[in-house]
Amino acid sequence: MQPKSPPNPGRRKFLIGATSAVGAVGIAGAAVPFISAFNPSAAAEAAGAPAVADISKLAPGEMIIVEWRGTPIYVVKHSEESINEIDKNLERLADPNSDTEVQPSYAKNKYRSRKPGISVLSAVCTHLGCAPKYYPQLGVVDFDSEWQGGFFCPCHGSKFDLAGRVYAGVPAPDNLTVPPHYFKSDDVLIIGEDGDLA
Amino acid sequence: MVTRIMNWFDDRLPLTATIERHLTKYPAPINMNIWYLAGVLLVVVLVIQLASGIWLLMNYEATAEGAFASIQYIMRDVEYGYIIRYMHTTGASAFFALIYLHMFRGMMYGSYQKPRELLWVLGWLTYVLLCALGFTGYVLPWGQMSFWAAQVILSLVGSIPVFGEELLTWIRGDYLISGITLNRLFAFHVVLLPLALIAVVFVHILALHEVGSNNPDGVDVKKFKDEDGVPLDTKPFFPYDVMHDLYAIGVFLIFFVTIMFFYPDGGGYVIEYVNYEAADNLKTPEHIVPSWYYTPFYAMLRAVTFPLFGLSAKFLGFVVMAAGIAIFVALPWLDRSPVKSIKYKGIYSKFFLALFVVSFFVLGYLGSVTSTPGRTLAAQIFTVTYFAYFFLMPFYSKYEKCKPVPDRVSLS
Ligand code: HEM
Ligand code: FES
Repeated sequence: MQPKSPPNPGRRKFLIGATSAVGAVGIAGAAVPFISAFNPSAAAEAAGAPAVADISKLAPGEMIIVEWRGTPIYVVKHSEESINEIDKNLERLADPNSDTEVQPSYAKNKYRSRKPGISVLSAVCTHLGCAPKYYPQLGVVDFDSEWQGGFFCPCHGSKFDLAGRVYAGVPAPDNLTVPPHYFKSDDVLIIGEDGDLA
Repeated sequence: MVTRIMNWFDDRLPLTATIERHLTKYPAPINMNIWYLAGVLLVVVLVIQLASGIWLLMNYEATAEGAFASIQYIMRDVEYGYIIRYMHTTGASAFFALIYLHMFRGMMYGSYQKPRELLWVLGWLTYVLLCALGFTGYVLPWGQMSFWAAQVILSLVGSIPVFGEELLTWIRGDYLISGITLNRLFAFHVVLLPLALIAVVFVHILALHEVGSNNPDGVDVKKFKDEDGVPLDTKPFFPYDVMHDLYAIGVFLIFFVTIMFFYPDGGGYVIEYVNYEAADNLKTPEHIVPSWYYTPFYAMLRAVTFPLFGLSAKFLGFVVMAAGIAIFVALPWLDRSPVKSIKYKGIYSKFFLALFVVSFFVLGYLGSVTSTPGRTLAAQIFTVTYFAYFFLMPFYSKYEKCKPVPDRVSLS
């Protein structure tokens, strides 16, 4: 039998409020494992070991691809003439002075490299992550009539110069990232660690 | 005997009532035309996808090491495995072809207008779910296209200002696209999204049967009823519509199996050739092109090449692309026309609908080819005309001169 009006409406209101609040806390608590399980697992976090590259056989103008944390790293040895021309294109670049912090401090220089003449660049396009292709040749190419050498991303046409600096007016917003790296010796490059910063 | 069995059920389940409500007494307008077949064909394809998908699952392996090989295994070693796979790939393309026709029908006949707004919103939800299903499924074979599509599409999330990068890592479950990512997309593709799709389709059809079907004239058939309260311009769905639906299903299946048996790649559109190469995380393919059914939106993404209001071009591209898909849901509230069907709407509505169709196809083409400065400009123009159909609708649909709508449906 249903009483006409519930006795003690104040108490009922309080009870409804209190049970709802407890229920909401319970749901929030239950959501924690579901949301957290999406984070990188301990194993995925540990997988970032540094990569070692032998660069003794790298000839001027050549590039090798090194895998670091599952992503491609381009190591390019520049030819004498391309180094000399590095400033030729400045007005077409979006961030010629590398003001955006996508490189360690030791690579914030004209060549965006720790060692002039050797670029170590993360080949993850700063647009949507494709691997740009290396086009060292100068002059007329499919995508540019005054190409100064550099990288062209096949996905949406972003262009980068030989130092990984992005052109203006392309989808990619930033220069290519320079990963932490150091030269253990003239021939051995370590990617993923800064080494001795001095 | 039959009556006794039915009575036994009816006492325990609204069986007869359900059959009458949804089949033998569901009033279908007599002037429904060929455009009204897409809905039932969508249900057929849904069943095909579920069946072929479950069977694929019996041999598919969702790991970065094993996925590509398990597809080869299905194609070569599992008896009739290649048919099961081609059924599923052909079904995916058919699903999108039909859903676009189905949506376009609604746009032509104003089927989204009152009282069918919720029906439309539910339909739109199935479309969004289907887009997610298509994407997650595409990643599973772990070929070159799978990998780089996952890379590009998920990276879009990273373009969200402030917390984009963290969100991206959270979604990937890793600092790059990896087997971990594959595994979670797999869980979405085979469990979460199909469950949600089935549920929404079910409610979509419930909503349809609540408000009743619209028709090519956009007139309300419930205005004139016979003495039993049955709308005059309707016939029962069963047996009349079921019969000609069966005929349509037959014709559809002939097309379907022709592609499945003889052109399973569909010229590179149903299955992209680059995906016959195993995923290589160090090398992007020369041309990355999404499946044909996403190309209009991909063209929009690429069309945004300039930052605006302090937002990066890539985030804006993402927003425009998402808006291209999302905007359909707003149609019921954008259309201010007193009439439903394009037949009686004014010249502006006709013009803008035609412009929309042209934009959709041109963008679809542009999204499937490499970009050049000229093509980017074209994509920008047609992105604008695409959205013009929607954003100008409140104005042109309100102020244009419509033709008088007849009281009853016409059969010509
Ligand atoms: C899995 C996807 C879908 C399935 C299985 C499905 C199924 C159906 C079926 C069986 C009908 C009745 C037959 C017909 O009128 O064609 C229907 C009607 C309708 N659907 Fe869908 N549908 C789907 C997606 C969509 C989408 C994406 C939209 C729009 C955004 C939509 C909007 C409508 C509307 C407005 C009607 C009523 C049309 C009218 O009476 O003129 N549906 N749907
Ligand atoms: S991913 Fe390189 S341009 Fe889009």
